[in-house]
Amino acid sequence: MQKANLEIAITHIVTRKKQTLVAALGVTIGLSIYLFMNSLTNGFDKFQNAETFKSTAHIKIYKDDEQTKPLSKYENSRALIINSQIVNNSKKIINPLQLISIIKKEPYITDVIMQVDFSAFYNKGTAQVKGTGNGVNIAEYNSMFNTQKYMKAGSISDLQNNMNGIILGSGIAEKLGVRVGDNISVSSSFGVGKNLKIVGIFELGSSMVDNAKSFVNISTAQQFLKESSSYVNTIYANTVDYNNSTEYMNRLQQLTNYTVEDWKTTNADIMAISSTRNIMFGAISFAILVVAAFGIYNILSSTITQKINDIAILKATGYRGSDVIQIFITEALIMGLIGAAAGLLLGSLLIFIMQNVYVGGPVGYFPISFEKSLMMESFLIGIFVTLFAGYFPAKKAADVDPVSIFRK
Amino acid sequence: MKEIVLKTKNISKYFYDPVQFQVLNDISFNVYKGEFLTLVGKSGSGKSTLLYCLSTMDTDYTGELDILGDKITGQKPNELADIRNKSIGFIFQFHYLLPEFSSLKNVMLPALKLGKYSPKEIEERAYHKLEILGVEDQALKPANKLSGGQQQRVSIARSLINDPDIIMCDEPTGNLDSRNTQIVFEIFQKITHDFGQTIIAVTHDLDFANKSDRTIELADGKIVATHLN
Repeated sequence: MQKANLEIAITHIVTRKKQTLVAALGVTIGLSIYLFMNSLTNGFDKFQNAETFKSTAHIKIYKDDEQTKPLSKYENSRALIINSQIVNNSKKIINPLQLISIIKKEPYITDVIMQVDFSAFYNKGTAQVKGTGNGVNIAEYNSMFNTQKYMKAGSISDLQNNMNGIILGSGIAEKLGVRVGDNISVSSSFGVGKNLKIVGIFELGSSMVDNAKSFVNISTAQQFLKESSSYVNTIYANTVDYNNSTEYMNRLQQLTNYTVEDWKTTNADIMAISSTRNIMFGAISFAILVVAAFGIYNILSSTITQKINDIAILKATGYRGSDVIQIFITEALIMGLIGAAAGLLLGSLLIFIMQNVYVGGPVGYFPISFEKSLMMESFLIGIFVTLFAGYFPAKKAADVDPVSIFRK
Repeated sequence: MKEIVLKTKNISKYFYDPVQFQVLNDISFNVYKGEFLTLVGKSGSGKSTLLYCLSTMDTDYTGELDILGDKITGQKPNELADIRNKSIGFIFQFHYLLPEFSSLKNVMLPALKLGKYSPKEIEERAYHKLEILGVEDQALKPANKLSGGQQQRVSIARSLINDPDIIMCDEPTGNLDSRNTQIVFEIFQKITHDFGQTIIAVTHDLDFANKSDRTIELADGKIVATHLN
């Protein structure tokens, strides 16, 4: 850029400090709110995902119910079976170890475990709670879901080799009035009953899980289902990037006939809510930035109206239209830079304050954090919006016809 | 034969608003190096319109304009800006200095755009021009703190900063008292006769015109008389 243009722009800025500050303040407020609101949604999304992944893997493989299909494939022809039903009740995954070794070869898979789920009834005296029993290798399960972190009492290692041990959700333990070391009787929908010793109690913070879920060893679960030691009904896998799970799901689906489902499909409702929230917050914060841009537009427009004689004389003495655009874009940029820098500071302050707001419950302090990438993004959007807002008045100035000014 | 610096061939121009009206009608003349030329005529005779066509700022005319042997008509806005920067200086009735800048900076601006000299040299040259015009003591004052006569002298210094071949003036003394008019006239004499630069000035001040080298009189968009003074 020409030094003279820069000098003119700076002189305009310096001699009109008040207008410059007003314009910059608009950007400051717009940008800080943009940064703050996006940090809020990002922080909340992260929190929500972390909550989800406490008990959900990125990818789940299981055998879905099969429906009987009409024998005739042709449209408008007569169907031979008209009363469609579930054909086979067995949820067994055949040769799970082979399937797991195939899945593990995929480069994007980080962790695979198998699990045996069954419907369980927890009984103590006359009290009964219904829920789901999960037969797992607790060490592998812990490495995937970090369950140890959520143990209220007891330890997961106590389950490791105890075929008669069980880890209960805190809600179940509370309802039945039991503690670690107590025995409870557990029965399954297949009529198998067992007396198990409570070796631990966990609390994930989600009542749906805490009131229903328990962990036992795989072989114990197989006995509840009256199945052999090769029976497995679910395989869970984690991937390198949970945001990409849909793509991985599609790739895995090509390797097996069993149903492959990613967490986004399982939690479609949560995903829909969070994307709605993101769009809403995004729209609001962007609207505020646009208002800030109008501030810049306004102030540059009025500067240009006041400086129209100066623009005419500059053009008469040989400054090109592009020089005039440069001068006013530079002014917009200076306003934008001042405003954006202050906006980052103000936005960070808001985030800092919010970090110290205690929400309570399983959330604790508000889940919001400083993210470099989001700060960069806000800064760039702030500058871009400023340049965009500055361009139109600058173009208007560049198109000033000096003759019409001199002849007034 | 004197060297021609500016030449017009059959320049005509129309105004369309509010009704079609021919403001310049077939104007052809030559301007020579070192000449002090004045354009006179009644209000509405087209003299200012002609000056702005010569200045390259108004391009909406028919005919042809040559400056320093190059055809100007039909050149692009950026090329015209460069020609104005390098070869033409402007002086206006209302001095049109940039109010936030010092006198010195105002004089320097066209030279900074040209970029032929370093900023340091430009500053020295600008100071020297202010000296020629006798306002060097006002160099560091903001332009809007100067009197009318001083402002006009600063704007003359600005028109001279790039040593242009032609200096165009629109009523340069229209806003000045007789003492300052005399000063400006003497400066113009010096510019043309001592420095060999050409001045084309529009004026309605007949005394001023009569003291110039040559006067072209316009009426209804036509040249009606040329006087050698």
